[in-house]
Amino acid sequence: MILDLRKYQSLGEALRDALERWPDEVCLIEADRERENARLTYRQFKEAALPLARALQNEGFPAGTRAAIVMTNQSKWLISAYAIFYCGGMLVPLDYKLTPGEQIKLLAHSKAEILIVEYHLWRAVMKADGFRGLGTRLVLVTEAPPGADLGGAKRWEAFRGNGEPLFVARSRQDPACIVYSSGTGGSPKGCVLTHENYLEQCMALTALYPFWPGVRYLSILPTNHAVDFMIGFIGPFTCGAAVVHLRTLRPEYVREAFKRYKITYMTLVPTVLKNLERGLRQRFDELPKARRGILNSLIRVNRALTRRRPNLRLSRALLGQVHAAFGGELRALFVGGAFTEPATLQFFYDLGIPVGNGYGCTEASTVITLNDFKPFRADTVGKPLPGMEVKIVSPDAEGIGEVAARGKTVMAQYLDEPEITAETIVDGWLLTGDLGRMDATGHLQLFGRKKNMIVTEEGKNIYPEDIETVFDGLAVKEYCVFAANYLWPARTMVGEQLAIVVHPEAGQSITPEFAVEIGERNRRLLNYKRVSGYVVWDRDFPLTASMKIKRGELAEQIRQALDRSAVVPL
Amino acid sequence: MSSLQNTTNEVLRLAAEHFKVPREQLSADDDFFKTLGINSLQTLDLLTRIEQHFQIELPDYELQGVSDFRTLAERIQSRL
Repeated sequence: MILDLRKYQSLGEALRDALERWPDEVCLIEADRERENARLTYRQFKEAALPLARALQNEGFPAGTRAAIVMTNQSKWLISAYAIFYCGGMLVPLDYKLTPGEQIKLLAHSKAEILIVEYHLWRAVMKADGFRGLGTRLVLVTEAPPGADLGGAKRWEAFRGNGEPLFVARSRQDPACIVYSSGTGGSPKGCVLTHENYLEQCMALTALYPFWPGVRYLSILPTNHAVDFMIGFIGPFTCGAAVVHLRTLRPEYVREAFKRYKITYMTLVPTVLKNLERGLRQRFDELPKARRGILNSLIRVNRALTRRRPNLRLSRALLGQVHAAFGGELRALFVGGAFTEPATLQFFYDLGIPVGNGYGCTEASTVITLNDFKPFRADTVGKPLPGMEVKIVSPDAEGIGEVAARGKTVMAQYLDEPEITAETIVDGWLLTGDLGRMDATGHLQLFGRKKNMIVTEEGKNIYPEDIETVFDGLAVKEYCVFAANYLWPARTMVGEQLAIVVHPEAGQSITPEFAVEIGERNRRLLNYKRVSGYVVWDRDFPLTASMKIKRGELAEQIRQALDRSAVVPL
Repeated sequence: MSSLQNTTNEVLRLAAEHFKVPREQLSADDDFFKTLGINSLQTLDLLTRIEQHFQIELPDYELQGVSDFRTLAERIQSRL
């Protein structure tokens, strides 16, 4: 019997009951290559977390204290998060893949007083500019080698208090987390998500895709992301299920984990799904011709018999070897974060491995729509979750307009940004900036973006404002980075690219050396954040009274005067 | 112990083999994402090959933010 989340006020309260309800069930497994680092039951999880909570309270931890976690997916992430919620704290999960400078900036913006961080990440932060100005009053470092210089931080493993910690109650409307959806370069956008946001989202998701004791969820998306935090932590834990963490995401170890741990569900991004598809197709192609023919026939039979809805038992019987390669217990994969080709979704569905293709954003706690397989629709991102309303704002003749969502999972606000919050949430409707259309059966189809940003195949959201500083000092009069599809709208969500628009000084000509300089600056950015080309623009940029570029207006001018051929590839 | 130069050469040779490109097309300061046209997932594949060759363990985070062969070789060298 899973927890009835309607009766809970906070994540801490729900998790506390979960730990009591399934004391002997396994809740966490952490593996690294062939080794298993940890395997914890709910009782052991509690025994690991409560002394940490006690020690936090001994240091002074009033309700609402903001505590950040910067860690890869591992057991100490979840143990720390539970200790923070138990004490009534507000969790700030930060992306471990950000640069140390970006992490320092977001720590300052969130006003986190406490930081819990892995040693290798902390070592990088200690070397970064801005480290001296770090405002945290307590830093706990996990897995530090003996004798390591921790720069005043404490060891997580030794930070334990004696005695029972005090459970601190929170209400549904209190903030549970601040999750950054963008803003490492420009204005940080910290989504303030309440306990109610998470509890409601959890109820909706587990109603569609139930967890129960014995279910094993393979967690490979970063836990700081809203998706893994929900489906790889809160969801399984409030249902007595188990989460499996891998310390390496090499494809061969991920494949092995399916079999070793009999995985039930996993969420991934389109690139990883595509990689799995490629591997399977290659193995199919290597089969002798006769066996390949039999396999193709079985796939066709499975497809015909599961047209209306998935039938796991049948699919496993027909295509046993394929399912055995995934451990034999896999019920569904989830994919989101970026566009997934319908052919890839269909490929897996035909094998009897349904892929729940979803759509959402951090501002809505994570998921807005999800495929429910009734029936499977590879060409859509599914229907709105229970309790979520979706509408299309100002649809054109084809019914395509901006996707807006309303429901109890929509965030409270952007931290300290009332104006941007008011522009984003209008009369309770969250304006997503994505373009879509609802079809006659209530499925959402996406057609590109209205906002100035791109999403990579790996599900990374890149905002021009966040990468522009790398071009500071570029020898031109002014410059501005845009998503190419924002300048020239395109009804596609694949192959999105960024371009830098440069306005030379009077009489300045753009030489090949200049392109080299842009290229060199580009290389300071992580590979997926780089601009793909430049556009030369010969007019002054429109500016606000405070000398900021009016991006929308500039984009409109460029759109009127130039087309895509103006982009010079780098 | 192998020198950094040797390690770099070995990494270039392994990358050329793994991604089936002529060795002479690769140089130490190349941005491997661009030169090889690969994504971060494919670089993880190369990492496994490198681990086997040098008989070391390289955590995934060692590759974070690395996009050229020379820096990759430095990370390997520090673990030899």
